[in-house]
This record gives sequence, C-alpha cells and structure tokens, in this order.
Amino acid sequence: MAEDISPVLSVKDLKVVFSTRKGEVHAVNTINFDLNSGELLGVVGESGSGKSVTMMSLLGLLPSPPARINGGTVSFEGKDLLKVNPKEIRKIRGGEIGFIFQDPMTSLNPVFSVGFQIMEPLKKHMGLTGRKAQDRALELLDLVGIPDPKKRFKDYPHQFSGGMRQRVMIAIALACDPKLLIADEPTTALDVTIQAQILELVRDLRKKLGMAIIWITHDLGVIAGIATRVIVMYAGQIVEQANVEELFANPQHPYTKALIGTIPAVRGERAKRLNSIRGQAPTTLREPHFCSFHPRCDFAFDKCTSINPQLIEQRKNHLVACHLFEDKGVTVG
Amino acid sequence: MFNYTIRRTLLAIPTLFFISLVLFLLLDLAPGDPTAQLPLTIPPEVREKIRLALGLGEPFHIRFLLWLEQFFINEPLHLLTELTGVDFSGDRQRVISWQSRSPVMDIVVQRLPQTLWVVGMSYVIGTIIALPIGIISAYRQYSWFDQIGTFVSMVGFSIPTFFTGVLLIVIFSVHLGWFPSIYDTTHVVTDWSSLIVQIKQMIMPTMVLALYNAAQISRFMRASMLDNLNQDYVRTARAKGLRENVVLLVHVLRNSMIPVVTVIAIGVPTVFGGAIITEQVFKVNGLGQLLITAIQANDIPMVQTLTFIFAVLIVLFNLLADILYGILDPRIRYE
Ligand SMILES: Nc1ncnc2c1ncn2[C@@H]1O[C@H](COP(=O)(O)OP(=O)(O)OP(=O)(O)O)[C@@H](O)[C@H]1O
Ligand SMILES: [Mg+2]
Repeated sequence: MAEDISPVLSVKDLKVVFSTRKGEVHAVNTINFDLNSGELLGVVGESGSGKSVTMMSLLGLLPSPPARINGGTVSFEGKDLLKVNPKEIRKIRGGEIGFIFQDPMTSLNPVFSVGFQIMEPLKKHMGLTGRKAQDRALELLDLVGIPDPKKRFKDYPHQFSGGMRQRVMIAIALACDPKLLIADEPTTALDVTIQAQILELVRDLRKKLGMAIIWITHDLGVIAGIATRVIVMYAGQIVEQANVEELFANPQHPYTKALIGTIPAVRGERAKRLNSIRGQAPTTLREPHFCSFHPRCDFAFDKCTSINPQLIEQRKNHLVACHLFEDKGVTVG
Repeated sequence: MFNYTIRRTLLAIPTLFFISLVLFLLLDLAPGDPTAQLPLTIPPEVREKIRLALGLGEPFHIRFLLWLEQFFINEPLHLLTELTGVDFSGDRQRVISWQSRSPVMDIVVQRLPQTLWVVGMSYVIGTIIALPIGIISAYRQYSWFDQIGTFVSMVGFSIPTFFTGVLLIVIFSVHLGWFPSIYDTTHVVTDWSSLIVQIKQMIMPTMVLALYNAAQISRFMRASMLDNLNQDYVRTARAKGLRENVVLLVHVLRNSMIPVVTVIAIGVPTVFGGAIITEQVFKVNGLGQLLITAIQANDIPMVQTLTFIFAVLIVLFNLLADILYGILDPRIRYE
C-alpha cells in the first residue's frame, strides 16, 4: 500500500436511511471506500442496490425528508462533507466535485437555454462573466462533442436528443475542472460509438487533469475498459472491492461471479440488466443481521442467515464480504 | 408566435359574434317590459308607442342587426370622433340605455374607474400577497407557516365575499368606526387628507376581494412549486453549487410560474363578475352595480352591452394567457 498518497476522498461507515410509510428503508448500510487522485473507481450492482443514493449523499443532494444520513464521515481535502456548513458545501458542489446525474432527459431545466445552464457554474465558481463565460461554455460543448456549439448554445434542452443532453450534463460537470467527477450511469442513454467517444474523453481528462472519477454503471464491459478499481454493491452494502484485473480474473463473492456470468459474449451489445440473476433484489427495511444475498446464493449456509458478513481483505487489495472466505483457503467451485 | 397571435385574434371574431347573438337571444326571451317602471297613468296606447319607439316592434333579426351596427360601427366611430375631434360619426345612432336615455358607453365609461380602482387594486394586491405565500408554503411544506397559510386560504375561498364584506363592515365600521361602510364615489382626491379618506374607503372592499383572490392564487402557486421542487433539474441546480435562493427563485420559480401566470390571466375577467356582489355590499357604484340595476329595470341595451363586454374580456384574457404560456415555456411553439 502506498501510504504516502492520502486519498482524495475517503468514505467511512456511511449510512443512509429513508423514512417511508412502510418504515425506515436502509438504502445505504455502512459503506467504506477510499479514492486516490487519478483513480477511476467503477461502481456496479443491480438496480436498487444504493449506488445513486450513496453518491448523492456524499454531497448532501438527497431530499431530506425522507432521506437521513445516519452516521459516517466523508473526508474530502481534509473536510468532512457531512459536517461542513452550507456555504462550504456549495463551493465544493460543481466546483471541486462535478456530478453527472443518471437521467439526462429530466436533469436539465426545460426553460433555460443550454448555454445559460453551462455558464452557471462558471459564473459561480470561476468568476467568469459575459464573453469569457460564453467562450468557456462553447469550449466545453465542443469538448463533449456537440456539433456546431455556437448554434446550439441558445437552444433549449427539448431541442436536444437524449444523448446530447447527457453530453451537456457532462459539460456542466466538467465545467470547473473538478478534482473529483461522480458519473452516475453517464453513458446509458448513448449509442455505442458516442459512448466510446465519451469514455475516450474521460480517459483523456483523467490523464490531463489528474481527476479522480467515480463511475457508476450496469455495464461491466465499460468497467473492464476504463476502471482501475471496482466496487460491487448489493442491497446498500459493498460486497466486493478489488483492482479491475483482479476482480475479473478472480471474482470471489458469489454475487460478483453471477454478475460476471451475465456479461454478454458480444462486446458492444448493450449489457443485459443485472437482474438476470435468479431472485430479486431485496428492500432493506431493517438493518440486516444476515447476508442480504443469502436467499439468492447457491452456497448459503446457516451462518449466512444469522450474521452479516464484514468486508475483509481476502487477498492483497481485494476485499470481500462473504462468510465463505472467513476461514482462509476456502474457494468456491 | 406572431402568426399564431394573429390567427387566434381572427378566430375570436366569430366567437364573439356568436356570443353576442346568444346573449341577444337570451335577453329577448327573458320576460319583462321596459315600460313597466313608467307611471301607471300612462295609457296602454302610449305605452305601445313607447315600445315601438324603442324599436321593439321590429322582428328579431332586424333588431340584432341594428344592435350590431350600433355597437360595432357607430360606437367606434363615435369614439374616434371624441378622440380626434374630427366628425366621423355624423348623426349615427348610438346604443342608448332605456333607463336613462343616454348612451350606454358614456355611462360605462363613468362607472369604469370605480370598478378598476377597487377590483383592479384588489387583484393586484391579492396576487402580490399570494405569490410569496405560495412559494414559502411550498418550500417549507408542512411548517407552521404552511399550515396557517392553508387554513387562511381555506377560509378565504370557502367563505363568500358577501359574508366577509358584511363581517368587515360590522367589525370595522359599526364597532370600531375605523372605515366607512359606504364607498363614496363622488369623493375627489385633491390633497393628502382627501387621499387618506379615499384609501380608507377603499380598504375594506379591496381587502375582501384581495383575500378571495389571494386564497386561490396562493394555493395554485404552492401546488405548482411543489410539483417542480421534486424535479430532477432542481438537484442538478443544487449540484452546481448554486445558492438555495437562486435554485428556488430562478430555477424552480420560472417553471412554476408558467401555469400560475395563465391562471392569473384567465382569472381577471371572473374577478369582474365576483366584484358585482362586493360592489353591492359596499355600495360602490361600479360596473357590477350598473349591471344589477340595469337587470332590475329591464334595460336590455345596457345588460346586453355589459355582458358582452365581460365576454370580450374573457376571450381576450384567454388569448393573453395562451400567448404568455408560449412566451414563458420554450417548449411550446405555436405554428
Ligand atoms: N426517495 C426515496 N424514498 C424511499 N426510498 C428510496 C428513495 N430513493 C431511493 N430509495 C431506495 O434506495 C435504494 C437505492 O436506490 P438507488 O437509486 O441508489 O439505486 P441504484 O443502485 O442507483 O439503482 P439504479 O441502477 O436503478 O440507478 C432503493 O432500494 C430505493 O428503494
Ligand atoms: Mg441509480
């Protein structure tokens, strides 16, 4: 472990609950991870596993109520983002941390021009005004591959296709050269060629700016292509975390194995949604005292129904939360 | 947009023509005799002559065409004469009130200021109060502010204005003696003290109507804000690091105003209708009161003209609402 580089972002024991009519939903349960500068952390897990909620909670972007952060720390540049005052978190949002949201169709304001929406963070964080802000915005539109930016600048979101709106979202997130970019399924609305362009662009920027990136996706093929490290989430918890080569070569958790088993043979075909694994993702109405995956696991045994497994380092830099590996040496067929 | 406006305006012409025909028909069918209020000593033959002189002997379509000519040709020409001083109208017949034997439009013009002051002012005040209340209620949903706002607006639009009007008169005129219970139309503002008298006599009727309008508009504003506060773009705005008041007053408000502006615009003519009752209660002799007395006296030309003016207002403000909608919402393009 390189101890000399302190991580850009360090999340410890993060818990998020939602108050609903049915009771408290424990959407994020004791999440721990670090992120170093220049690293691209891939986050995978099926729908409802808490990927978006985890990332939004880092910046306090969840609506509360119903959401409540139930403990934990998020250190970013020596500050705990969960404790800083509103003014400071606003400086970080859009400035040092850029966020691309999952749904490009609804994430832009319909009544303002795309140009206006890109210039907003530029005015706010970089103090750019007038001509300068406009030039930078045009540059960004060009960067994300919007053809003829000058002409599209004054257009409204409804005049853009889903993929182009997604790129506008990316431009907004990148506007102020953030140190950390959180991208929540940024390429799902894009076709394959554009997806490839965007991935290329992100790879470039990462190298050029040394930006750290968190990349949420359903597409393991994308993860394999760009991530340096991968987190696998299940029911609000991290079940496995490893470097990308290690994870694909040596998946440990039965859930990860099932996931990797679902990658389609032909690359480029949209990856199947992950819920082709037998059974359904659980809703977590209680803090689990068992392994959330056990009802769907072929290897579950009695311990799995009574104790929630901890995330422990199984091999070097390879963490797994599964009872099967607590006594070292046990391997799953 | 421009073409759309022109087209809609042109479409309004047949609509208004049809409305005027229906109004004319309805008033023609209504029972009543314009000579009923004349002294009983007038013999029946003379009465009949009076009726013929009023044009009532003609068949329906002739009377309607005459009215059309008087209202749409003679009246505008007369107005032109008044404005320019050049004689356009000659001795063309204007629409004459059966009651006072003077031109209907002259009376309307006399009464208009009172109505505009009281009703117009109340609508403006109501809107100005309603918008911030709606915005804050939505932003602080279920807070005590919101709860009180909800209660007051329930009261505001469930209690009719003739009740709140009388209630205010009992409290502030009879018991406290702060404000006059009757609106003095002859009062002229010349200096500070007479201005204060004017304000005092306007307060109660204005407030009664303002409460009623504010109740409705604030509810609407709140609902519209709540709709938009849950949208994804609000989260995007926050993720840019924008201050909460920018998120609220630029991003959310701009979207929320789209339906609210249309409701406000469409509400303007209905306010004139609602004012009829309030004008009665406070004895404001504006258009509302004019209409009531004209109905009682069977003054058909006056009733026809006033109801038609209301119809014009409704059509006009509907058109205005549509145009505003198109301006505020870039997604709407009228081709
Ligand atoms: N507003 C809310 N109220 C109640 N529960 C919520 C709310 N938002 C999210 N959740 C719960 O949090 C859990 C995690 O949701 P999240 O959106 O993070 O999933 P995800 O992993 O991003 O899924 P997807 O891949 O579909 O985007 C879900 O089980 C969901 O039921
Ligand atoms: Mg998500």
